Amino acid sequence: MIPRNLERFPDLHPAFDAQSAVVEANRCLYCFDAPCTAACPTHIDVPRFIKKIATGNLRGSAQTILDANILGLSCSRVCPVDVLCEGACVLHRYNKQPIEIGRLQRYAMENAKGVVLAPRAQPANFRVACVGGGPASLSCAAELRRHGASVTVFDNRPLPGGLNTYGVAEYKLRPSDSLREVAMVRAMGVEFRQAAVGEAVSLEQLEREFDFIFIGVGLGAMERLGLPGDHLPGVIDALRFIERYKTQPDFQTGRTVIVIGGGNTAIDAANAAVRLGAENVHLFYRRSEKEMPAFPFEYDHSKVEGVRFHWMAQPVAIVEQDGRAAAVKFLRTRLGHPDSQGRRTPEPIPESVYEVACDMVIPALGQTRLTAMLHLEMDGGGIAVDRPTGRTSNPKYYAGGDCVNGGREVVDAVADGKRAALGMVNPLGTVKNG
Amino acid sequence: MADLVTNFAGIRCPNPFWLASGPPTNSGEQIMRAFDAGWGGAVWKTIGEPIVNVSSRYSSVDWNGQRMMGLNNIELITDRSIDTNLREIAEVKKRYPHHAVVASLMVDSKREVWHDIVQRSEDAGADGLELNFGCPHGMSERGMGSAVGQVPDYACMITGWVKEVARTPVIVKLTPNITDIRLAARAARRGGADALSAINTINSITGIDLDTLTPRPNVGGLSSHGGYCGPAVKPIALHLVQQIASDPEVGIPISGIGGVSGWQEAAEFILLGCTTVQVCTAAMHYGYRIVEDMIDGLGNWMDEKGYRTIEDFRGLSVPKITEWKHLDLNYRIVARINRDTCIGCDLCYIACWDGAHQCIHLDKPAAPPAITVTPVSKPAWLRATGGPTPPARIPRVDEAECVGCNLCWLVCPVENCITMAKIETGRPAESWAQRTNA
Repeated sequence: MIPRNLERFPDLHPAFDAQSAVVEANRCLYCFDAPCTAACPTHIDVPRFIKKIATGNLRGSAQTILDANILGLSCSRVCPVDVLCEGACVLHRYNKQPIEIGRLQRYAMENAKGVVLAPRAQPANFRVACVGGGPASLSCAAELRRHGASVTVFDNRPLPGGLNTYGVAEYKLRPSDSLREVAMVRAMGVEFRQAAVGEAVSLEQLEREFDFIFIGVGLGAMERLGLPGDHLPGVIDALRFIERYKTQPDFQTGRTVIVIGGGNTAIDAANAAVRLGAENVHLFYRRSEKEMPAFPFEYDHSKVEGVRFHWMAQPVAIVEQDGRAAAVKFLRTRLGHPDSQGRRTPEPIPESVYEVACDMVIPALGQTRLTAMLHLEMDGGGIAVDRPTGRTSNPKYYAGGDCVNGGREVVDAVADGKRAALGMVNPLGTVKNG
Repeated sequence: MADLVTNFAGIRCPNPFWLASGPPTNSGEQIMRAFDAGWGGAVWKTIGEPIVNVSSRYSSVDWNGQRMMGLNNIELITDRSIDTNLREIAEVKKRYPHHAVVASLMVDSKREVWHDIVQRSEDAGADGLELNFGCPHGMSERGMGSAVGQVPDYACMITGWVKEVARTPVIVKLTPNITDIRLAARAARRGGADALSAINTINSITGIDLDTLTPRPNVGGLSSHGGYCGPAVKPIALHLVQQIASDPEVGIPISGIGGVSGWQEAAEFILLGCTTVQVCTAAMHYGYRIVEDMIDGLGNWMDEKGYRTIEDFRGLSVPKITEWKHLDLNYRIVARINRDTCIGCDLCYIACWDGAHQCIHLDKPAAPPAITVTPVSKPAWLRATGGPTPPARIPRVDEAECVGCNLCWLVCPVENCITMAKIETGRPAESWAQRTNA
């Protein structure tokens, strides 16, 4: 926890106080078979937990949330609610603001006392190893504990929590909140071991000691640019950049920063660079504004932060000066034919090269896969699973989170982890879907 | 332009909005500020032998995040001397000769004591007298207030004593804490009352502190029942006013009290026969300034409807209330849902299914979601927030089964989305009374 980050990254959305939470909760229509619940990957019973805030039953409210989503606190902070629960709110169709579900969920999670999750009816006596300490594993482990299974989470980092601890923009979620959730899962009886599976602990060893193995390892390091100069000092990928400012008190950003990429992580890094004191932050993307994969509200927020966006620019080299990155060379692009996902492919325009000076380059090009050591069937780069159960091609192995879905939201990982736990517990489910 | 000048049983005032006897009318200084704000009259905080009050005195019921849907008090009558109150009445009348100042009175049930207070109040310049036979807490334990109002013979007797000496109009304020308010109203009339005011507060316990287990308001760890008022009591007050207004044995002017917070409630009381209305809780909540919109709003409504004076619409709704047995059994309405404005909350569906008559249906229940994931593409995001209501979420009314109960229309959050449409049954009007006499 870096104390200065509290002031450099104040909460993006302020917390509700008790009175405003009740007023907002009472605005909820309490829809029957509510669309917000259907839109949540973990299917939190949203009207139910909101109604409990309105009646002053905060403990029941938090239990309703945690019953469906053990990471209800971090999800309340990091979920892109505009495209999930709040996007589905029926009030959109009545010219009214949707209910602020995310903030209400945060209110319940931060203010409830004495929360206890009841054991599940269906017992499970087996032992499970969860590999990776991020949201998918935490969710899988918590669900399994509620069934009585014995669970050990293996994580190679000093602190568990995965990207919730190391990779989420500070104004959305602080490491201390992520660790609170880890502590809650630990208090449920889950054992945590810091060990690199495949190195300190072999998979064979896990297979001997555990009945099931859940793979929730996420993705690996970010893709390199693969350009001349991409190893120079002053080049740091977005995830490492975010991790360092969150964990290193003396971490310095550059004065003129170039971020390369158009996803949500690129935007997180660019915004952080602004808040850390960079004078100029430029984000370059090789397609146009329209094709940018970042969520529209993230893009809008970033413009407010002061990030400058540059479209149709493909990096070709990083220029060195005095042993450090000093500029990036770009080619202009034009948009060609749509690719398999329907996005138009950028085509570099010959002879259009130009150079932009900087003292820091942050590539944000997506993450590499971590799953090479596993002998599991793959599907488009991710581990192939039966989606309703998370079961892999090897019936001893289950998987979920970014290593399966290629990199989505925390709430998707939580849903994957929960489904995998239920897949292990529920023999009918495994038979039916296996 | 609407003319709000009112004549209540001979008491003239610039408008029908009076402050009811209570904390807002405790002193001359307050009442003069109220008149400056626009109030047409004020009923003085009940005068009698000064009492000793407790603290705390008020408690309330909040609803849906809003404060003070209902208010309860255990405050007694004035804690200031009779002389002080009467001196201030004289002062107010001198400065505000055209506003109504009514002295609310409550003294021991002795003829000479009543004679004395009546004469002194009138000597001070009061335009009228309101006999407080309604206060349900504290004073009733001492044989006053509702202890009088609950026994028609007592009410009749004391009204008679007052009328023996009174030169100004005598208003009897009735308690709702009685089985049939008409008996008390008739007794007041028999005693010679010139007018009635109704209702006083309703016996209440507003709630209990779930930490200390002490009911509210808390007076050193104990509580006592109080009198309930505010927006929550309006429906009860309207009913009791209607009972009096439609009773041929009563037939004297009524000042309506109970949950009047704005011009709309005032119009409702007047439509049920009241000549003036009295307000307390709303003024306690927001201050005297609320009268501005009462005057403005009532005037605008009257202009719109073509009523020039209060008398033009007073009592127009009285004949529209009858006994159930005279209602038309062949009148039929059904619910219709506007598919264009339905937002798909499905509250009408569950209300009808669980709380009414099981005639609203969801024809195409949505398939259970397979795996829900965060949308990543922009078109999906746009669909999520801007699209029309999915047809599967728009309920359908089975009109043949619909009993026309109104419940779906009441719960629908969208204005005019559900309407209740009249169905021609082709049968002549027939009431239960007609059917059972036939």
